[in-house]
Amino acid sequence: MTAVTSAAPARQRSRLQLPAFITRDAGGLAGAVILTLVVLVALFGPEIAPHPSTAILGTPGHGPAAGAPLGLDFIGRDVLSRLLDGGRTTLLMGGAATFVIYVVGIAVGLTAGYAQSIADPLLMRTVDIFLSFPALLVMLLFVTAFGSSPVVLVGAAAIVLFPGVARIVRTATTDVMTRSYVEAAVSWGERAVAIMRREVLPNIVAPIVADLGIRFSWAIILIASVNYLGLGLKPPTADWGLMISENREIISTNPLSVLAPAAMLALLVIAVNLIGDAYVRQLGRSGGRSARPSRGKR
Amino acid sequence: MTDPAGSARSAPAGSALEASELRVELADGSAIIEDVALELRPGEILGLVGESGSGKTTTARSLFGYHDRGVRMSSGSIAVAGTQLTTSQEFQRARGRKLSYVPQNPGTSLNPSMRILAAIEDMLRANQSLPASPAERAAAATAQLGRVGLPETSQFGRRFPHQLSGGQQQRVCIAIALSCDPAVVVLDEPTTGLDVVTQDRILRELVRLRDERGLAMLYITHDLAVVGKIATRIAVMYAGRVVEQGPTSQILSASRHPYTRGLVASTPDHLRIRRLTPMAGISAGVGERPAGCAFEPRCPQRVDRCVTELPSLIATTPGHLTRCFEWASTPALDWSSSADPASASPAAVVADRARVLEVQHLSAEYRSHGERNQVVRDVSFTVAEGTCVALVGESGSGKTTIARATAGLHPPSGGQILVRGRPLAGRARDRSVEDRRRIAIVFQNPTEALNPRQTVASTVARPAQVLRRLDRKAAEAEARRLLEAVRLPVRTAERYPGELSGGERQRVAIARALAGQPDILICDEVTSSLDVSVQAVVLDLLRDLRQQLGIAIAFITHDLGVVATVAERVLILDAGSICEEGRTAQVLKSPRHEYTQRLLQAAPSLSSTISTWNGSPAQATAPSELNPQN
Repeated sequence: MTAVTSAAPARQRSRLQLPAFITRDAGGLAGAVILTLVVLVALFGPEIAPHPSTAILGTPGHGPAAGAPLGLDFIGRDVLSRLLDGGRTTLLMGGAATFVIYVVGIAVGLTAGYAQSIADPLLMRTVDIFLSFPALLVMLLFVTAFGSSPVVLVGAAAIVLFPGVARIVRTATTDVMTRSYVEAAVSWGERAVAIMRREVLPNIVAPIVADLGIRFSWAIILIASVNYLGLGLKPPTADWGLMISENREIISTNPLSVLAPAAMLALLVIAVNLIGDAYVRQLGRSGGRSARPSRGKR
Repeated sequence: MTDPAGSARSAPAGSALEASELRVELADGSAIIEDVALELRPGEILGLVGESGSGKTTTARSLFGYHDRGVRMSSGSIAVAGTQLTTSQEFQRARGRKLSYVPQNPGTSLNPSMRILAAIEDMLRANQSLPASPAERAAAATAQLGRVGLPETSQFGRRFPHQLSGGQQQRVCIAIALSCDPAVVVLDEPTTGLDVVTQDRILRELVRLRDERGLAMLYITHDLAVVGKIATRIAVMYAGRVVEQGPTSQILSASRHPYTRGLVASTPDHLRIRRLTPMAGISAGVGERPAGCAFEPRCPQRVDRCVTELPSLIATTPGHLTRCFEWASTPALDWSSSADPASASPAAVVADRARVLEVQHLSAEYRSHGERNQVVRDVSFTVAEGTCVALVGESGSGKTTIARATAGLHPPSGGQILVRGRPLAGRARDRSVEDRRRIAIVFQNPTEALNPRQTVASTVARPAQVLRRLDRKAAEAEARRLLEAVRLPVRTAERYPGELSGGERQRVAIARALAGQPDILICDEVTSSLDVSVQAVVLDLLRDLRQQLGIAIAFITHDLGVVATVAERVLILDAGSICEEGRTAQVLKSPRHEYTQRLLQAAPSLSSTISTWNGSPAQATAPSELNPQN
């Protein structure tokens, strides 16, 4: 989201004006720059890749050489080309999974935290049941049952990861529900949905965003693990998570085949975390003022 | 700068504490406190009075060598019991042994996982070369309990903080502070969270300890009535400077600085029922202090030079210092101009007025884990148009539950609530729009009264949209009108609550409550977390709203002084039921119920303090007996 706008010239008063947590916060700015780079690589990487990502060029696990600066992978394909090619699936599936995780998690957590007497025990005990299964097992179960299409992968990752978000949202909601401004809204007869949307949700943004980077990386790793086991994306596809897994055996002959995709994933996660932290800092600093750029004066 | 008050009384003993030219500043050089000089003699209690942001806590912390991050002491000298403290090692050695601290909130300053005896032993171990044997150490710690009036048994000492009442917790904190026989004790609002009866006991305890051990105490508070009861001298701080300092009797009855006078005039007093006269404006924050006198923008007696020139502390009489050019023209406070609120407002004819709220045989309970805890028992009262009824009680008396039940936030377990003769459903969501519109509630805590993510305009407009079906535009216009009605500038509309002071937020909350054009306003301790000068503004506002709009008010409070200022009728609640009710003046003057009598005796009152002091004007030291009313 921010990546696209940051590429545009930041004109004063323009509609594309960047939020203050990016322009005025060193961490936020660094995160935005890194994220932009990673996204650019993912978007345009396939266009500039020197070789087709599935072409076998030489000895498996060959180190860096002319024409293949990052060496070759476990069956002799160009690591750089696969790296440039593998960002799209990683970003798209990780991003989609994170989105679904948050939509479901926020809906469940808000409802449980709002209706504490009835919905809370029902929803949260259900969430506990979800939490009690090993993550990978659930993923594999879904993939075995419904096939390994991207939709199933994203859905399965969401089912495994939404309980964490739901619990955080529920705790934050129960806290906000005791504030006087919520009680005042109840006393003038505000409806449940309006209370959740107007009074609760804007005030639990900080704990939700603080957690975003971790959820995002977990989603990517979970999907990568399934890919590694050969049950997710079919092997010739390039994917950063998949690359880390499949090249583990040749880590001694060409370490870059693992380190390069790992570094890209790390950069991605660090960037998301930096931006999230900057956003939370901004919320704290403004003492209530919206983290969006202020309209009009100032 | 030394204090002539001390030198006037030629006490041969050296001073227990001498601090001069204290200046603490932020990294950018703006001063938090400046040119602060304090002197304390053994056996003396100095009251350090100021409102939030005045720098009183910063002053106290700098005496211990503590500074927040990004804050530093740029000048100043501090000497405790004759020893100059400059290096951090010297401060470290003095803390606990020569200078100790009693914090504001005993509940959070005691370690909840530590038995109280262990907490005292900890202090002894850290500061003394103690007898090695654990038994001797335990005995020494147990003895400390006895000195602050707690049971001197090991059984009691084995309790955890949560097994003690608030007053007992504060006594433990005092015991810890006194355990190593310091020369000076700094008390930071030690009774603020306690109810009046407990507060009164702690104050007596402090005076006794002072008398027995010749302790010097620095008592920090925002409450003149409390400090007047025990302090020998009072120093008043405003915007980081001491603006007036002198013997308690003179500060209270013959204040020379317009700010001190304003504070005294803003302090409600249950023995002198009168209309409070609020000060104009709000206090200057750090970094926005003017070149001249910081009080100048709010001052009724300012002259041209106040803008550019900073007044220095001038001795008006020996021992009485004032930082004001025009001190001679500060008018004396007229304590005789007291008025019965019943005569000040035309509410003596309560019977003729239409009843707005009727609470009949109300009972309410809380349930947890199948256990029922009845907090309100058979409470009945009525509030008539344009009148104010006060519900008074200590914490746990059920007064807040009554407010919540009326507002539809806590369904009652028995009885009923009628508005304009119509019975109300227990829950707000089951009430008709019309019923919800008629009742509005304002809560205690201004920091959580308003949604921090909404502008003031949208917060105030919302109930008008829901309750009066106004469209967004009309509701926002109405919001601006209401902000004016609560005397806030229109530009407040675009602000977020985080940009407002506590008093401003509370006025926004009142504006929001008025947005539905209610018949009755329920005010739940709305002023108890505000500074006295801000409280005076809010109380004055409520009074005007009542007279102009004819709104009825149910005012819930624990402060009898506030009751005297706002209410025609008063109900005294004890453990969930009404123990006394009647006209305010009557109940406060001749209470019948034993509980009311106890409350009234314990409640601090400026006027009775002043008459006590003036009864013995020759004495410069505090009366050994607290004021005779107690």
